[in-house]
Amino acid sequence: MTDIFNREEILKIQNVNRSFIDERSGEPRQILKDIQFSVFRGEFISILGASGCGKTTLLRLIAGLDSVQEGKIVLNGKPVLRPDSKRGYVFQQGCLFPWLTVEDNIAMGLKIRGVQKQNKDRIHAFIEKIGLAGFEKNFPHQISGGMAQRVAIARALINDPEILLLDEPMGALDSFTRAEIQDLLLELRKERNTTMILVTHDIDEALYLSDRIVIMTPRPGRISEVLEIRDSFPRERGSAQFLEKRSQILERFDLARVTPTAEYMI
Amino acid sequence: MKILWTISGFVIAFLVNLFFPQVAETVRIKEYVLGGFRVDDNLAYRLVLMAIIAYYVAYSIFLILRKSNGNRAVKFYAGAKFRFAMGIALAAWDVLGTKLLILPQPFFPGPAIIMDAFIGDTEFILRNTLYSLRLFAAGFSTGVLTGIVTGLLIGWYPKARYWILPVLNICGVIPAVAWMPFAITLFPTSFAAATFLIAICSWFPVATMTADGVQGTPKALFELSRTFGAGQLYQIFHIAIPHAMPQIFTGIMTAAAFGFTTLVMAEMMGQPGGLGYYINTSKVWSAYYKVFAAIVVMAVLFSAILKVVGSVQRYVLRWQKGVVR
Repeated sequence: MTDIFNREEILKIQNVNRSFIDERSGEPRQILKDIQFSVFRGEFISILGASGCGKTTLLRLIAGLDSVQEGKIVLNGKPVLRPDSKRGYVFQQGCLFPWLTVEDNIAMGLKIRGVQKQNKDRIHAFIEKIGLAGFEKNFPHQISGGMAQRVAIARALINDPEILLLDEPMGALDSFTRAEIQDLLLELRKERNTTMILVTHDIDEALYLSDRIVIMTPRPGRISEVLEIRDSFPRERGSAQFLEKRSQILERFDLARVTPTAEYMI
Repeated sequence: MKILWTISGFVIAFLVNLFFPQVAETVRIKEYVLGGFRVDDNLAYRLVLMAIIAYYVAYSIFLILRKSNGNRAVKFYAGAKFRFAMGIALAAWDVLGTKLLILPQPFFPGPAIIMDAFIGDTEFILRNTLYSLRLFAAGFSTGVLTGIVTGLLIGWYPKARYWILPVLNICGVIPAVAWMPFAITLFPTSFAAATFLIAICSWFPVATMTADGVQGTPKALFELSRTFGAGQLYQIFHIAIPHAMPQIFTGIMTAAAFGFTTLVMAEMMGQPGGLGYYINTSKVWSAYYKVFAAIVVMAVLFSAILKVVGSVQRYVLRWQKGVVR
């Protein structure tokens, strides 16, 4: 519930535009247009939209993996110019380092900063937390996709990022595993009060997790609406409010959809 | 049962050597005194057979005691029939090459006569083996190291790729021994010249494979490390190189095979020592049994080297799917 936050803005996205050169035509194609919104500390935001709406591009800009052409992204008063450990990033497909064990994957960020030794206990606490105790010495190919995604989340969170960016981390999982990871995210968020931004095309997922849902529409990607969900956690996936919000969002997408031209009609 | 298949061939070879009469009269079985014992060529050959039998028996007992039904046992038992055939082949060779002397001489001496080279020429063979080993170690390690560095440069820096890759592709296809005339004049010692040749031929496969592996690294892995604050050096040494490791090892294995060829060729064409040199000097005296002895040493030495590289590979790549023991 957004009301209980002290509404301290942690991330500001101001008038961001981004275009890429289209490989085939060689002409610039606008991917993001006039993106503008703020994220408050401790908030869970979902960026919801169909594929091709630029939501991943937006997340990459926030991470600093891509550069902003126009506009500004400001985290805690400082503009984002390059990636660093203040923004944790979880990729779509776990993206674990196959030559590192579960433990070493999680410890990677700590190792890069040279603080791995001091944090032995923390690493173990994290492994317990994500339910992978006993798998510390396993290599990524020896664990399931759901486990890999848990490791990826722990690997990002162990660096205590100010904001956690999640790029469809549950996209490739079956629905049971997906629900488990969603609950894990809620739990971690409750415990650590980490601000999280999730990119997804799953309406239920966005509704289940978010304080606010940023709805984007494609070509060029822009924000069509920001929905606030005030229901308390944990949410009931089958509740009347949930279903009502769901149909509300579906309706928004129907409205946002361009009516197809009647090419196939005689 | 499987153990019987494994050892019976060698036992037959042993018995044949012991009891088959020496029909041909021109064969000279030499006798030596080693550490107070009188050993002739036949006895030495039988000792080797006994060692082989003892090894297989010991290994079988080891497998039975460990109740191992895993990969090891399956692999070992699968070779049983082949080992039987090997033993029979040795027995036949012994009969045809030594006992009856039917094979054309001096080109195809029997196994006992080849043993004579090992007993009578022990020190010289050992010295030449060590020379080969030293030469190979020097050339191969130089080639592998420069190969990894070259591959890394090509894989990582587009500029390096532009300038070095064509050179690599042109030079890589030239057989290393073609450089020999230059190598001999350009390098102060013949050892250095041969080192250079072996290095060149191992450099090429390692460099191409390393470049391939580095370039194939998924971008996401680099990006991910950057979100942890990793710099360029970290990305090279902790992501690009580990990712390229499987390919690097494929390159190293190929390089080893090229290296053996170049090593022996170089030794045969102008080295003061080495197994290739030993073959050449023996050939001059028509001592073909010594040539065979050198070939046996090569077989053992080179497969031992490949085994060592292979086990290093298995250890380094233990994270890979399908190489788990």
